[in-house]
Amino acid sequence: MENASIFVIMVSAILVNNFVLSRFLGICPFLGVSKQVETAFGMGMAVTFVITLAGTLTYFVHYYLLVPFGLEYLQTAAFILVIASLVQFVEIVLQKMSPTLYQALGVFLPLITTNCAVLGLALLNIQYKFGLVQTIFHSFFAAIGFSLAIVLFAGIREKLETSDVPAPFKGFPIALVTASLMSIAFLGFTGLV
Amino acid sequence: MDTNSIILAGTSLGIMGLAFGAALAFASKKFAVEVDPRVVEVREAVPGANCGACGYPGCDGFANAVVKGIAPVNGCPVGGAAVATKVAQIMGVEAGSSIKKIARVKCEGHDENCGNRYEYDGFDSCVAANMLNGGPKKCLYGCMGLGSCVQVCPFDAIHINDKGLAEVDPEKCTACNKCIEICPKMVISLVPYEQLTIVQCNNKDKGPMVKKNCNVACIACGICEKNCPFDAIHVINNLAEIDYDKCTNCMICVEKCPTKAIQGDLTKRTAI
Repeated sequence: MENASIFVIMVSAILVNNFVLSRFLGICPFLGVSKQVETAFGMGMAVTFVITLAGTLTYFVHYYLLVPFGLEYLQTAAFILVIASLVQFVEIVLQKMSPTLYQALGVFLPLITTNCAVLGLALLNIQYKFGLVQTIFHSFFAAIGFSLAIVLFAGIREKLETSDVPAPFKGFPIALVTASLMSIAFLGFTGLV
Repeated sequence: MDTNSIILAGTSLGIMGLAFGAALAFASKKFAVEVDPRVVEVREAVPGANCGACGYPGCDGFANAVVKGIAPVNGCPVGGAAVATKVAQIMGVEAGSSIKKIARVKCEGHDENCGNRYEYDGFDSCVAANMLNGGPKKCLYGCMGLGSCVQVCPFDAIHINDKGLAEVDPEKCTACNKCIEICPKMVISLVPYEQLTIVQCNNKDKGPMVKKNCNVACIACGICEKNCPFDAIHVINNLAEIDYDKCTNCMICVEKCPTKAIQGDLTKRTAI
């Protein structure tokens, strides 16, 4: 993946290695905030925003802070620190600079602080030995993949609300079955890149 | 064991943490948004159910609107009078009277009184049933008892009773309007908590039509209107309506109503 082109990264991040459906990262917001398309979309946008920023920032932290001091083994801890601070910082700044965007993202922003998708992405960027541009695009597209999955899933769940589901399957069970079927469907993209 | 690497890892992470912490502290000072302290106080005074009954997005939205002077201090129907006085104190104004209201299902057309036109076998949703030629009931205005209101009630205050009709628990109801909004028959409405005399019918058809469909419906005969000593009940759109401001719960109309569509507990009536 070291020299992958932007296009390949895009297809890979959105479809083939979809964060939720084939890497199984960020499952909790995927199940938690997917009852309505609208909120799912809000969550998707918030994640996109944070992941792109976090991916870029962790790149700098890794190559300009950890590598020079030979502290690569501290990656996970350091990234958690960076992401948590970043989200808090972004929240404070947004509240001041753009109250509209702050209102729109609402409660989702602080929720993302502890989202494994963000950490997973930061670690993957390093694992794939991406350059800066590739890192930024990979982060962005991975988040788009996440948004795509969660919005599709929310759409299906909205339909499920009004369909005749066998009693024992009502609610979460059928949602999980749906999620697994979606995951299998996305498996069909394997080998595309 | 290489103690050096432990110290190195510890200090470097510690320093990073400190730096980020300092940056955040600086940012929160630098980018601090000034919030009117009254907003915080109002926010603490209201119940915090975020039900949206006041018409604003959540309790924060309501607090903001109150401080801006857009929303009335007694605008929180869930908190009622107690919260209204607290909010009024914060804002430094009189609370004004806010009469506690509750939702009432205005229908007595259970299976014995009002039969079905067809058998409904879909999923339990009044909204869906209503799309099928106005629902299974003979009366097109009555409660179908499929429980859409039960599903939306955030306070567990409305249930389907053993007669198959929705019934509101007056103690739990907070007049949040959720059931009123979802009901496709518009058979639920807000009534003062103290009101004892209620027209338990929502049928706006003409008398003979109504009589065919339901035994306890308002047939718009106007007897209540003629007998009311306070001019508090009127037949509007073929349906008797009580003016709750004028009604004294004397329950003469309850006695006179030929179909028993107006209901009230006669033991609790006020003498005139």
